[in-house]
Amino acid sequence: MSLAAGRGPDPPRCGVTGMRLEKLRDLIRCEVLTGADGLDTEIDTVVASDAMSVVLASPHPRALMITGLTNIQSVRTAQVAYLPAIMYVRGSRPTEATVKLARDNKMVLLSTKLGMFDSCGILYSHGLRGGN
Amino acid sequence: MGTNVPEELLRRTFEIQGRDFENAGERSAEVTTILKDLDVDPNIILRVGVVAFEAEMNVVMYARRATLMFVLTDQEIVVEVADEGPGIPDIELAMQPGYSTASDEMREMGFGYGLGLPNIKKNSDVFSLQSEVGKGTRVYSIIRLMSYG
Repeated sequence: MSLAAGRGPDPPRCGVTGMRLEKLRDLIRCEVLTGADGLDTEIDTVVASDAMSVVLASPHPRALMITGLTNIQSVRTAQVAYLPAIMYVRGSRPTEATVKLARDNKMVLLSTKLGMFDSCGILYSHGLRGGN
Repeated sequence: MGTNVPEELLRRTFEIQGRDFENAGERSAEVTTILKDLDVDPNIILRVGVVAFEAEMNVVMYARRATLMFVLTDQEIVVEVADEGPGIPDIELAMQPGYSTASDEMREMGFGYGLGLPNIKKNSDVFSLQSEVGKGTRVYSIIRLMSYG
């Protein structure tokens, strides 16, 4: 049996350019809820939706998820889809149990007061793109 | 050539309770953790995770209870979710992307947008869906570990 493989799934498609989460934090003026150690992670794609099935329909490893959905399913979705980070918009914040699950899985959680449209617009203007 | 009979390496069965939104997805996360520990190809784990998670959420949203069976062989991974629930009157309609009977409450949980079953099918090498109205639904998925032949 040949089960061995690399550290993460093959990325099906990358954005025009990548961006470190620390730069993204500054651009979008995010609060870091957990995962400060992982801010040097580079993301190359963005998926923005409150529908988790949309995220699961086109998972992009090394993608940032932007969502207003703060329940524990947001982190479970990111866990299943190998997403390293979630940014919650409109100032929304997940519960402590959700933050803990993210922390246990070494995920970065960010929160911004900006809405989804403005957040996506800023990231798009800096070269990040959505996946298919 | 010759027939390769899959050698079973691991089998797990999980119980899923309907309406248990708080713990929904835990079993799928456990399955992916098992596969990660076994160093299975991450592309395969991703597909298994999507299949299991979507199936689990369907149970939590619509059914009373279900059993999720997960089998790893040296050739493939089988995910089978059999529930006791209302069943699906029109499977062809249910398979259409965007078709959903979910409530606003379900959508507030981030699911119920009519993409679950299409996502499961898309990530399966073998997929079957059987349902009987008033009794329940069985989702069966095989994900092959590698291409043969």
